[in-house]
Amino acid sequence: MILYELIDFDILRVIWWVLLGVLLIGFSLTDGFDMGAAALLPFVGKTDVERRVVINTVGPVWEGNQVWFILGGGAIFAAWPPLYAVSFSGFYLAMFAVLAALILRPVGFKYRSKRDSQSWRNGWDWALFVGGAAPALLFGVAVGNVLLGVPFHLTEDLMPMYDGSFYMKFLGLLRPFAILSGLVSLSMLVMHGAAWLTLKTEGAVQLRARTLGTYAGIVAAVTYALAGLWLAVGVDGFHLVGEVAANGPSNPLYNEVARGGSWLAAYGERPWIVIAPIMGFVGIAMAVLGLRAGREVSTLLWSKLSIAGIISSVGLTMFPFILPSTVDPDSSLTVWDASSSHQTLFVMLVMAVFFMPIILAYTAWVYKVLWGKVTEDEITGSGHSY
Amino acid sequence: MNIDVVELSRLQFAMTAMYHFLFVPLTLGLSILVAIMETVYVMTNRPIWRQMTKFWGSLFGINFVLGVATGITMEFQFGMNWSYYSHYVGDIFGAPLAIEGLMAFFLEATFVGLFFFGWDKLSKPAHMIVAWLVALGSNFSALWILIANGWMQNPVGAEFNPETMRMEMTSFFDVVFNEVAQAKFVHTVSAGYVTASVFVIGVSAWYLLKGRHMELARRSIAVGSAFGLAASLSVVVLGDESGYSASHTQKMKLASIEAMWETQEAPAHFTLVGIPDREARETHYAVEIPWVMGLIGTRSLTTEIPGINDLVAEAEQKIRSGLVAYDALMTIRAERADTPAEVRATFEEHSADLGFAFLLKRYVEDPRNATEADIVKAANDTVPGVGPLFWAFRLMVGLGFSYIAVMAYFAVTANLRGMRFPRPALWLAVIIIPTPWIAAELGWFVSEYGRQPWTVDGVLPTALSVSHLSVGDLLITLAGFVAFYTVLFIIEMGLMIKYIRKGPTEDVEETEIWMARHEERLQAAGPEGLASPAE
Repeated sequence: MILYELIDFDILRVIWWVLLGVLLIGFSLTDGFDMGAAALLPFVGKTDVERRVVINTVGPVWEGNQVWFILGGGAIFAAWPPLYAVSFSGFYLAMFAVLAALILRPVGFKYRSKRDSQSWRNGWDWALFVGGAAPALLFGVAVGNVLLGVPFHLTEDLMPMYDGSFYMKFLGLLRPFAILSGLVSLSMLVMHGAAWLTLKTEGAVQLRARTLGTYAGIVAAVTYALAGLWLAVGVDGFHLVGEVAANGPSNPLYNEVARGGSWLAAYGERPWIVIAPIMGFVGIAMAVLGLRAGREVSTLLWSKLSIAGIISSVGLTMFPFILPSTVDPDSSLTVWDASSSHQTLFVMLVMAVFFMPIILAYTAWVYKVLWGKVTEDEITGSGHSY
Repeated sequence: MNIDVVELSRLQFAMTAMYHFLFVPLTLGLSILVAIMETVYVMTNRPIWRQMTKFWGSLFGINFVLGVATGITMEFQFGMNWSYYSHYVGDIFGAPLAIEGLMAFFLEATFVGLFFFGWDKLSKPAHMIVAWLVALGSNFSALWILIANGWMQNPVGAEFNPETMRMEMTSFFDVVFNEVAQAKFVHTVSAGYVTASVFVIGVSAWYLLKGRHMELARRSIAVGSAFGLAASLSVVVLGDESGYSASHTQKMKLASIEAMWETQEAPAHFTLVGIPDREARETHYAVEIPWVMGLIGTRSLTTEIPGINDLVAEAEQKIRSGLVAYDALMTIRAERADTPAEVRATFEEHSADLGFAFLLKRYVEDPRNATEADIVKAANDTVPGVGPLFWAFRLMVGLGFSYIAVMAYFAVTANLRGMRFPRPALWLAVIIIPTPWIAAELGWFVSEYGRQPWTVDGVLPTALSVSHLSVGDLLITLAGFVAFYTVLFIIEMGLMIKYIRKGPTEDVEETEIWMARHEERLQAAGPEGLASPAE
């Protein structure tokens, strides 16, 4: 059966590169507001019942939202195995920190209000803060490192090797540009969380969320602009040298890569991609104005647009690179040499095309059922609230 | 290759996977039991069944959240600790994991929130459907995970690609309908159903002993024991199916589980108990039952089951054949398109044994430089730890059979003998609550430890699968997981016990009013009416 040859290998690779972006964006749009709301928790909720309101806005949906993260991991494994192998072992201790934070978060949501003790609840509130803020920051740090390039190389057997030890695997990731990227993602998701709380809460909590969200939006716009400037003047780009077989076998060592020039050269080659950063800035601006004016639904949508724009801008700027290597540029992973086989990409595409619409449909239905404000009365009067 | 890193990575995987599986079986079974209870509620409109749904649902929720949280670790651990494995087999192994997310995990996770928060927002039938979707999602999830695991045991539908230095999928159909995966799936979910049944019966028995929530407890026992009886039969039947498939897919695992050192004349006898001795290659004080092993393993009286010694000799042959493949692979890699056709032909002929040449990497950098002594050592490495497998398997099977008796007893007493349980039987039900977890963990131990020294049987050795990490890296994460998981476990157990002690807290008044009316009606119907209070 050669059904999979219906779609050319290179086209499948581009489709899966787009789907990788879709998953990252899907994750940031949904789980992003969970993380943002959790990071805001100690500041927008002053009393226990206010904090419970915040938690209950995400209470019914965090489990589904988190699947975007799990699915992202699974899809990278299935469609981009070298990326899965290199990045997670390379960012080893940072990944561990992210996992610990992400494990803490669901447990916090579920267990916090199961005991009446004030110290129990305060402890979980801070756990939730860490569980929201730490991954939001670290995901951005990771993206910053990807743009800078990562010190790995592949052996002849394609075994990923890392230069440097403990230092490189955690503290070494905290390079200034990467930290700036981390601030972009943290402030962007805090703004998104604030937009979510504006929609789902009322009164004092909503007012504080609107104020803090405005600040976060301004920080996001400034840091995003600074990161763009830094990319223009202070970060080396990567580019493929010579002929590239877009249909070739997935062996990164077959392609030659050089470091130098600027990532932003991509905007000269493909001017249309400027739409992504424009979406980012316009989205933030409109979301900030919406937060100030107290608009609810449209603010959340603008915030979503900004996130989609910012994440797309990274991918479009780097295309076709996925994970460049600083120590051995030829080991760099690109769209043309780091994918699964032709057949696996095809099978996975069929699965994704079949299931994604179903998932989106029932997710939309669940959000519709849960539509409306979470109020203090509702929580205190019900046995199943968090 | 750093053996300490290999051993620490194995320890970490075993620890985090077994910890994850403390929560999974209860999720698999309790999700269905809760959905059944809610279905009864929707059909009969009796508030007691809604109370049961909510009560067991709240325990389900406490358990579910840790299953989800610890599952995150599993999804990413392959890349973190097993990066060569991820590269080498990701083309096949990644697909079921991703499909699990698409088809199953999204379903259960999206609807589980609505299950808890949707009581006042949904109609009764809609809420019931939500409960079934959660159960369906959990069980589909197990399907895809076991397809992934089944492929590690029996790697069908894939071949090695010298250009990309990895295994690539040749048939998705073969991967999905792998006989090992299918048998393991039903065996595993059934084990989850038994776990949930033992849990529900045990907690209910405790209420009966304390004289609390009698109505809820009796009905729960009736549902749990009927469900558990069917599940316990299914566990044993599908366990047998797994054994049968191992006789032709994983001969070494089967021989090790049975401590069968020499090939016997068919039909082989079954060693009930004994003390396996790896040095002497014999089993001391063995109590043997004639014919049984041959019948279980091959379902015939004439097919031989090879013993460990013969399998080691076979492995030695495969290592030599694998070396031929390895040598050809090195030529292909250097010459690429210019490779002579006969070298390619040689590679094709021997490539199935390539993994066996990799076993030598433990002793020499380039397998082609291996000495005779290295080859003998590598061949001997293909024997997993016989003693632990032998005993773990027997304990698991013993527990498995005992649940049939327990479930049958409770099902008969609940349905035919008017719920008149003697106190010792109730105490027994409470005491055995932890045992299905022990059986389930032993099952995974037999499956995974029995596959050593391979991560993918005959394809990729465990020692070669790890990431390029330092012992320090692994010690940090290992210590982190131990500390973190221990705290979470204590918190989870504390909440579980707190909520069990508290008992049902919702709809209490409504249920009591209905109960009183219901009792009246039963009294009016005479003693016959009381014979089946479980309705």
